[in-house]
Amino acid sequence: MMSIDLENTSLRQLSQALVTRQVSSRELTQAYLDRVQRLDATLNAFITLDPERTLRQADDADARIARAQAGPLTGIPIAHKDIFCATGWLTTCGSKMLSNFVAPYDAHVIERFNAAGTCTLGKTNMDEFAMGSSNETSFYGPVKNPWNPARVPGGSSGGSAAAVAARLAPAATATDTGGSIRQPAALCGVSGIKPTYGRVSRYGMIAYASSLDQGGVMAPCAEDLALLLNTMVGFDARDSTSIERPAEDFTAQLEQPLQGLRIGLPKPFFAGEGVSAEVQQALESALHVYRSLGAQCVTVDLPHSGLSVPVYYVLAPAEASSNLSRYDGVRYGWRAAQAQDLIDLYERSRAEGFGPEVKRRILTGSYVLSQGYYDAYYLQAQRVRRLIVEDFKAAFAHCDVILGPTAPTVAFGFNEKTSDPVQMYLSDIFTISVNLAGLPGMSIPAGFGAENLPVGLQLIGNYFDEARLLHVAHRYQQVTDWHRQVPPLARL
Amino acid sequence: MPLNDTDLKRLARLARIRLEPQELASLAPQFAGILDLIQQLQAVPTQGIEPLAHALDLEQRLRADEVTEADGRALFQPLAPEMEQGLYLVPQVIE
Amino acid sequence: MDWEVVIGIETHAQLATRSKIFSGASTRFGAEPNAQACAVDLALPGVLPVLNRQAVEHAIRFGLAVGATVAPRSVFARKNYFYPDLPKGYQISQYERPVVSGGAIRFFSAEQEKTVRLTRAHLEEDAGKSLHEDFQGRSGIDLNRAGTPLLEIVSEPDLRSAADAVAYARALHQLVIWIGICDGNMQEGSFRCDANVSVRPVGQDELGTRCEIKNLNSFRFMEKAILYEVRRQIRTLEDGGSIIQETRLYDPERDETRAMRSKEDAQDYRYFPDPDLLPVRISEDWVAQVRATLPELPADMRARFVQSYGLSAYDADLLTGSQALAQYFQTLHQLLGGDAKLCANWVCGEFLAALRRSEREVQEAPVTPQQLCDLLRRIQDGTLSGKMAKELFDVLWQEGGAVDALIAQRGLSQISDAGVLEQIIDALLAAHPAQVAEFRAGKDKVFGFFVGRAMKACAGRANPEQLNALLRQRLAG
Repeated sequence: MMSIDLENTSLRQLSQALVTRQVSSRELTQAYLDRVQRLDATLNAFITLDPERTLRQADDADARIARAQAGPLTGIPIAHKDIFCATGWLTTCGSKMLSNFVAPYDAHVIERFNAAGTCTLGKTNMDEFAMGSSNETSFYGPVKNPWNPARVPGGSSGGSAAAVAARLAPAATATDTGGSIRQPAALCGVSGIKPTYGRVSRYGMIAYASSLDQGGVMAPCAEDLALLLNTMVGFDARDSTSIERPAEDFTAQLEQPLQGLRIGLPKPFFAGEGVSAEVQQALESALHVYRSLGAQCVTVDLPHSGLSVPVYYVLAPAEASSNLSRYDGVRYGWRAAQAQDLIDLYERSRAEGFGPEVKRRILTGSYVLSQGYYDAYYLQAQRVRRLIVEDFKAAFAHCDVILGPTAPTVAFGFNEKTSDPVQMYLSDIFTISVNLAGLPGMSIPAGFGAENLPVGLQLIGNYFDEARLLHVAHRYQQVTDWHRQVPPLARL
Repeated sequence: MPLNDTDLKRLARLARIRLEPQELASLAPQFAGILDLIQQLQAVPTQGIEPLAHALDLEQRLRADEVTEADGRALFQPLAPEMEQGLYLVPQVIE
Repeated sequence: MDWEVVIGIETHAQLATRSKIFSGASTRFGAEPNAQACAVDLALPGVLPVLNRQAVEHAIRFGLAVGATVAPRSVFARKNYFYPDLPKGYQISQYERPVVSGGAIRFFSAEQEKTVRLTRAHLEEDAGKSLHEDFQGRSGIDLNRAGTPLLEIVSEPDLRSAADAVAYARALHQLVIWIGICDGNMQEGSFRCDANVSVRPVGQDELGTRCEIKNLNSFRFMEKAILYEVRRQIRTLEDGGSIIQETRLYDPERDETRAMRSKEDAQDYRYFPDPDLLPVRISEDWVAQVRATLPELPADMRARFVQSYGLSAYDADLLTGSQALAQYFQTLHQLLGGDAKLCANWVCGEFLAALRRSEREVQEAPVTPQQLCDLLRRIQDGTLSGKMAKELFDVLWQEGGAVDALIAQRGLSQISDAGVLEQIIDALLAAHPAQVAEFRAGKDKVFGFFVGRAMKACAGRANPEQLNALLRQRLAG
């Protein structure tokens, strides 16, 4: 039988075990499926499982390994956020609207993982259309935080974060429009990276806010993320915003020393306002570690970052209101029964198919784009967006990476913020500006606060500087073991 | 300036989302909060600042004029709620 | 009160591309319903648009042809509204930065050259089609046309009559075909016009309230629809009513316009730049390359025909009706080595008439420029009379063949030999001494009698001028 510790074996080690035939992909995949079977009734991290389909891929991977044609990820099961279309898989985006949508094509991300020989373990739960910070907006019910099932896992990629935290999957894809990778990674105690906008193709990734959406990935540690990015990043002609750059090995500089690294500490992120004491404390400890590794800290100013939440809540809903117009009950998806006329068909299909948060954002977006408000809201938000981008450019003149909290607090309780959307929106206050600027960002585990809930540390890099971010995270993880902590529930 | 029910109904109509009276009642205060949030932008001086649509200053790539898509009816039509003779059916469109 | 009519035209020209503007699906007309609607055209979740280079190039070409400004940086925007033939719930179009701004169209109306300024021309995608028959009160949606590239060409309200509006539309139609960006097929909807019509009292500066008339799928309907709409507006105003700004549909069966019900909702399109597409950069190099491949334009060619060949404006206009016709004329003129007037008369006359009768395109004409040239040479050298040449043209058109061989075979050549003609005349005068006497006594009318008899005697082949001259000479004694 299998002798692999699924709690703390890196992807590189798993790959080694597969290639040396210490374990087969079928065995490994089945072991993860068994964990899902055992724990997901509690966590609700997955929307769709299809073990037969998954194991077919595992068998293909085993055949490939036998032919000595394996790549670094061949045979490794990976969970995919249910925002990525995958041929033959129900792809719901967490919505009733797409509760019957079996995708007839693969997202570029899925294509790349399939080509690498990974197995799709299942489709992970998420906030509806990626709109949420707690996973409470999912039509399929909230995901539970593995560290405390009475707490939220964060969102929108809550299912991916919880699955990785509870080691139901060695890694999971995710997407980040305003913090949807980093915030749940922080709240669930895993590592997650959102690359530079345009690095990962958006083709087949269901759109929320096109100018901000970016695919990324979650795993226990930065080294895993580097391997995953090697597969995930790449040009795709089907996405006009995809960036054509030479291929890069994100693992290449992981082991470099940190000596001389300049870490920028943005004043507004440390101003105390809204940042809980436990988060502050974890950050202080992390800075201490970095200094001991030879890094130096400089203060940088991001004067407009406080405006990122209002800018985001104009731009993202505006784009979303238009992106979600295609869901009209005509060609696919949810359709209301017995519509009286065409407008009734639209209005009822959309009223039934969308949940309250999606409706709020569609209405907000329709409002800021409507006649008489476009200049005051939409264009003004785009102007302030430029100011935010300029702030980052100025800051990166003085530092190599920016460090700060990922989220202001540890995981909060269910229904704590659902009645006041603005309070919910503010939980992304430190992550949103990174999307507005299109910069790469990541979150790594940096300690625990009250009730043994994880705290995340955010690292923000300059454009296309993912390799450096991963390097900075990896060096930290070599001298800390926060990322190796597994929630007690995962041992059940 | 908070939106009244008529404004919200107009928006819902524009977005083709039917709102039940109780939804409207809970939406109004939430919407007021969201408007307060985004209202903060009005105070920011932005004269002479060009609006930014994409963070990276890139230009559109152009596709060669080639037919690359085959007939996908067998893939796409099973997804449709209602089809007849290869057409998507909807309640009568009035012109 | 006297009224002035003010018309502006919006035209949707379908651009001649193989694939759609934002997807790789075919644009071929007439496929099975939805067979050419790919995932992008159907707006499935997660799919994205990528711009077709050829569509942009066609827009540049048009901009250059009308003397407009081609924007170095152009932006696509979303026009948001719900309609079943619009799968995304928005149309990708251009709003603030179209590819083409300004420019003008010159055209002939009532023998006068006129100019209409263009506001802009922008790229956008077409919608699908709603079919209303056969589904028991339901509509069927075919999205094959969805995503077909269109150039929307907007004129300034410079037109002052239905006739001018039609002449403008015809000139525009001719131009887009001429420069190869549109096939101009109006039955298939490749060239569609909407007219914005208003009236105002003569002398008033302010424009009246306008109505937009849709569904003008032929030039004839366009003229009738505008005439009806103008009458309706004047009647309404003179009866003390007012015009409501609305979209109206022309009904050719009843020859009237009526308000469209589906457009009753005041629209708020919520335009904003499409975040899935980036700004399009059009370099000076690209513009220069397109300019280098632009053919001589119809208006320029028309002017050249008048100036260099001394043709009438009317003939020049006819000859530049299509590039193929102009090419035919020019080839003929070159082969013949001159005499543009003769060439023009034949191309505008017999040739065009034969085309019309046989409902063929210039390219399909059975008489080549070389054959027509051979025929014209035999007119020039007196072998054929005009009448005989026309007969021979018909033979060439129907049966083909070589001109000189046909002349020999049919004994068609004209008798210009003075000796032969004199023999015929002498015999004729000898046979009719009484008529000769009458003529010589001053009865001039008898001359016609001799011409008729002489022609009959040589089966109509006599060179008429020569026959006349010789006859007068002989009769004079």
